[in-house]
Amino acid sequence: MSDAKSERLSVFKTYKLFFGGKFPRSESGRVYEVADAKGKWLANAPLASRKDARDAVVAARKAFAGWSGATAYNRGQILYRIAEMLEGRREQFAREVADAEGLSRAKAAAVVDATIDRWVWYAGWTDKIGQIAGAANPVAGPYFNLSTPEPTGVVAVLAPQESSFLGLVSVLAPVIATGNTAVVIASERAPLPALSLAEVLATSDLPAGVVNILSGKAAEIGPHLAAHQDVNAIDLTGAGASQTAKELEIAATGNLKRVLRPQPVDWAADPGTERLLAFLETKTVWHPIGV
Amino acid sequence: MADVTASDAALRRFLHGLPGVDAVGLEGRAAMLGTRSIKTTAKAYAIDLAISMIDLTTLEGADTPGKVRALCAKGVHPDPADRTTPRVAAICVYPDMVKTAKEALSGAGSPPVHVASVATAFPAGRASLQVKLADTADAVAAGADEVDMVIDRGAFLSGRYMQVFEEIKAVKQTCGRADGTSAHLKVIFENGELATYDNIRRCSWLAMLAGADFIKTSTGKVAVNATPPNTLLMLEAVRDFRAATGVQVGVKPAGGIRTTKDAIKYLVMVNETLGEEWLSPQWFRFGASSLLNDLLMQRQKLSSGRYSGPDYVTVD
Repeated sequence: MSDAKSERLSVFKTYKLFFGGKFPRSESGRVYEVADAKGKWLANAPLASRKDARDAVVAARKAFAGWSGATAYNRGQILYRIAEMLEGRREQFAREVADAEGLSRAKAAAVVDATIDRWVWYAGWTDKIGQIAGAANPVAGPYFNLSTPEPTGVVAVLAPQESSFLGLVSVLAPVIATGNTAVVIASERAPLPALSLAEVLATSDLPAGVVNILSGKAAEIGPHLAAHQDVNAIDLTGAGASQTAKELEIAATGNLKRVLRPQPVDWAADPGTERLLAFLETKTVWHPIGV
Repeated sequence: MADVTASDAALRRFLHGLPGVDAVGLEGRAAMLGTRSIKTTAKAYAIDLAISMIDLTTLEGADTPGKVRALCAKGVHPDPADRTTPRVAAICVYPDMVKTAKEALSGAGSPPVHVASVATAFPAGRASLQVKLADTADAVAAGADEVDMVIDRGAFLSGRYMQVFEEIKAVKQTCGRADGTSAHLKVIFENGELATYDNIRRCSWLAMLAGADFIKTSTGKVAVNATPPNTLLMLEAVRDFRAATGVQVGVKPAGGIRTTKDAIKYLVMVNETLGEEWLSPQWFRFGASSLLNDLLMQRQKLSSGRYSGPDYVTVD
């Protein structure tokens, strides 16, 4: 024993779901194996069931009043805070993205930097979206006529399959920046960056339930979210151009959900405001001009 | 059993002679009965049964006639979009709202939705006997079908069992109407204030000996209300009381039951402890307000296959 080299036992991380501000295992008790780009086992991720999705929607609905009612400035500050927290974990995310997407360390680090920059970019939009989506409308009468954008509600997001981190943030940040709450199904093949992002969200003053992250099969959970009567919109990006996307869109008609159809996206390019504007409703108020 | 209530000493001897409660065993059994998985057709049956057992309750200082009328309409047609939904058992209000509720339910047809009124200085019960009896008489005169009285916890905890016994008897008498019929009497213990399981068992026997038609866990106004263990304990007392006297008594857990899952756990306990005879609104009730919405959402999920949400049930 004395000459044996003392070797430390490895400590494996248990990846868990994230909803309602907590990190539960799947209600079903299931997990699935996640492998890196070369097929080497990385970790077990929870395989969420429809009941996890149901609980996540309940958490998102509960959080909606507080998050949509918070001032845009406050939401912006919290999103900046998330970016700050991500900055401190760059190394970890670079490693996870490199494993997940088969990138070199340097390229993965560049992706993580771009992702953090995207959070910051969307954080800046929280108190500016009203200026481009709202208006003081000229009307033929003695009234102020004001249109203002309001968040749609609970948004189900099928995160892109390939871009596990930059793509995820590019679809998630615009949804919550405008005051919606989100239930995200992470990339099925590469969910680990998303599950680690949850740890950042949980420690960044983001109220519990604003973002809820599930890992598992979009084909299994997706239909239940698409048909869920208490989900107000669905982003089908992760469903790709498959038949599934069409079926989900049909299921979403039940309560007239807003649907963002999947389209080819270059995640590295300037995203523009399309995703910010996708999940907003316009409220128009007529107010008599005094005197 | 008549001799046990013959004197203060005999009553005390009897109540203190009841076997002590095995708290660990009681909680273990209640938890075990809560693990049953009730699905598909059994779940549909349980949901409809639970809806028909609800005493839809509003007991707020801010109650208005409009709110009571809205609640009555909801009790008659819990889900307006689905007329196969059963009615609730009763609407539970403060005595001054009984008349409003009675009027609102007058044209509802059958099966009747009863009006239950809390009385006897609910929820504290801190008033003189005359005031409590007047409160009860007032509710009965206004047309209450059922009266939910609170016991004097102060008297019970300081050991004046006979006083509590006499009070329940007096209220029971006051529940009588001129035509010889009588309003159903539910006796509320406020388990959260009785402190021990032994006290809950004694209180159950005391109330049943005094002539309660129903025994009810709590007012819903304190921190601890109906819990599976304290309700199971009352169910067992009811079972033992019938074995001893042949008289069947109902049970009503109230307060803190908000989800379908919880409600089904209680139904399992009733079935396992008392049997099917008690699985009817005549012998088992839920005192609840928000439970109904969750039951309706689950019902919608079962019939449509889609998860429902709070936007599809009324806010009350």
